[in-house]
Amino acid sequence: MQDDTPVIEISKVSTRYGEHVVHEELDLEVRRGEIFALIGGSGSGKSTLLRQMILLQRPDSGTIRVLGVDIDKLGDDEALAMRQRWGVMFQHGGLFGSLTVKENVGLPLREHTDLGDRLIDEIADWKLAMTGLAPEVGAQYPTELSGGMLKRASLARALSLDPELLFLDEPTAGLDPESAGEVDELIRKLSDLFGLTIVMITHDLDLLWQVAHRVAVLADGKVQGVGSMLELSTMESPAIRKFFDGPRGRAAQEQQQAAGQDNERTGRSSSKPK
Amino acid sequence: MNTLPITAAAMTQPTHQTLALSGAWTGRGLGAVGQQLDALSGAEQSQLVVDGAAIETLDTAGAWVLQKFLARLRTEGATVQMRDLRPEFANLFEAVGRHLANPPDTAAPPAPPSRLEAVGRSAETSVEQGIAMVGFVGEYTVALAGSLAHPARIRWRPVLYNIRSAGFDALPIVGLLSFLLGIVVAYQGADQLRQYGANIFVADLVGLSMLREFAPLMTAIIIAGRSGSAYAAQIGTMAVTEEIDAMRTIGIAPLELLVLPKIIALIVVLPLLTVFADVLGVFGGMIMARAQLGVGFSEFSERFVKAVSVTAYLIGVCKAPVFAVIIATVGCFQGFRTKGGPDSVGRQTTLSVVQSTFLVIVADALFSVAFSALDL
Repeated sequence: MQDDTPVIEISKVSTRYGEHVVHEELDLEVRRGEIFALIGGSGSGKSTLLRQMILLQRPDSGTIRVLGVDIDKLGDDEALAMRQRWGVMFQHGGLFGSLTVKENVGLPLREHTDLGDRLIDEIADWKLAMTGLAPEVGAQYPTELSGGMLKRASLARALSLDPELLFLDEPTAGLDPESAGEVDELIRKLSDLFGLTIVMITHDLDLLWQVAHRVAVLADGKVQGVGSMLELSTMESPAIRKFFDGPRGRAAQEQQQAAGQDNERTGRSSSKPK
Repeated sequence: MNTLPITAAAMTQPTHQTLALSGAWTGRGLGAVGQQLDALSGAEQSQLVVDGAAIETLDTAGAWVLQKFLARLRTEGATVQMRDLRPEFANLFEAVGRHLANPPDTAAPPAPPSRLEAVGRSAETSVEQGIAMVGFVGEYTVALAGSLAHPARIRWRPVLYNIRSAGFDALPIVGLLSFLLGIVVAYQGADQLRQYGANIFVADLVGLSMLREFAPLMTAIIIAGRSGSAYAAQIGTMAVTEEIDAMRTIGIAPLELLVLPKIIALIVVLPLLTVFADVLGVFGGMIMARAQLGVGFSEFSERFVKAVSVTAYLIGVCKAPVFAVIIATVGCFQGFRTKGGPDSVGRQTTLSVVQSTFLVIVADALFSVAFSALDL
């Protein structure tokens, strides 16, 4: 388990929709245990890439290896087994409207294990508590929840089978700053507790600066650069500069550098991988 | 891991004081080990060392079962020690332990209602729905009166669109089904009439039954299933995606844009469809009369004119606008009652079809009572 093979290895992936080229010979690696972020403008193919990693879509050419398995060559049974090894949190939650939150969280367990109903309910309760939801939320239906609660419940469901790999699509989009901050904290906590590898799509600069260990910038069908935000901020590629030279990008960077100096003084750094 | 075959969780008790655990303590690997753990009692052994060195994988479910077991033994008075668990499992194991030690107050699940309470609640819902429906009818009547007072406010484009989609596009299905119904009625009557040599009366049978009852009822039921359900689904989806709220904010009354055009269109269209159904139903009867009873088209027509009065025809056609109002009202009403998520749209659509079909038949029965009281 502690080997150094990448958790996700994408090589020479090309995707096109008709004439429109989304990915052109794209290569990418995600290491075990890291929090990895994908960024890029609208239409840069982040979501398509994520969908390809979780077996919802196939690239036109190239290979994607997830957890050491070439997912393009999987049979139905193997694909099912692979799907149980990762959890996905969708941007709009993707919770089933006809089930309560607790039933949603317990569904993967009920579907794939022989555990008793009581045990499943208890575990679902814990997962909900772990994502910071009050116990009474479990009995509610997804439509009764606020945006932040939906994201948490969706995260709890993604975690229900104790996945090795977690995919998050815009975990903080549409949240108020306080909830977004709590989600940042939660992602870090989960990564520590389970040794999870986390891959996320996000535009949230705070999340990128403070939580992500490495960030990949997608543009023009290729990865323009990979590295920590600090490393990226020194790169010259115009597609990368866009993220740092806007007023918001600059503000976040200055804030981070100020915080970074404080951290150095106290002798620790929060944004480095363990 | 999961793609490989997993070794099921197992436990052995090499000595009285030790318990050795092995295998995959995961949701999929636990299997029967839970019962084995339950069988051990802390009262029997005051000292126990649990050896976790051979546990290969541990997930929340496994940690949960294990921590609960340890906690139970401790409360039963045994001194239990867990040792040699692999360091990578320690975080999870402790987190589960901490959670179990201070469980948050879980709200007690609401008790299922007693039968009496369930009956009461469903009655309350029905009454509430009935009142809401009356309210809805009132609202759109006011809107309709307003529109009639200022005809410029009527939105003609959606009216025309609805006339096409609910009327013109429905011609084939309404025509085909009425034609078949005419055939069936004539066919069923043929045997009886032949026994009495009253073949010619097939014109009375087909003419009266189609024009007075079957054509209007059949058309209304087809339209309830075809258009009423579409209204409920359309408005319901718009309610779920906040389009209706958006409409209100922009200053467009949803009733005027969504409801009135549908009601107006259906009032126009349903009588026309009924006439079309009359024609094809009688035509079906004529074909069957010739094939089974030897009644030619001209004889049939001659008898038909004598047997079927204009009143019978008008009675059939005048029911149609009433059915139209019922179908459009129920469809739109159920659409507006959609709350929450996508599955609510499906539920309200089903309800709209069931309720409008039911109400159409009830209305038809009331018409029959009223017409017989009036000697029509």
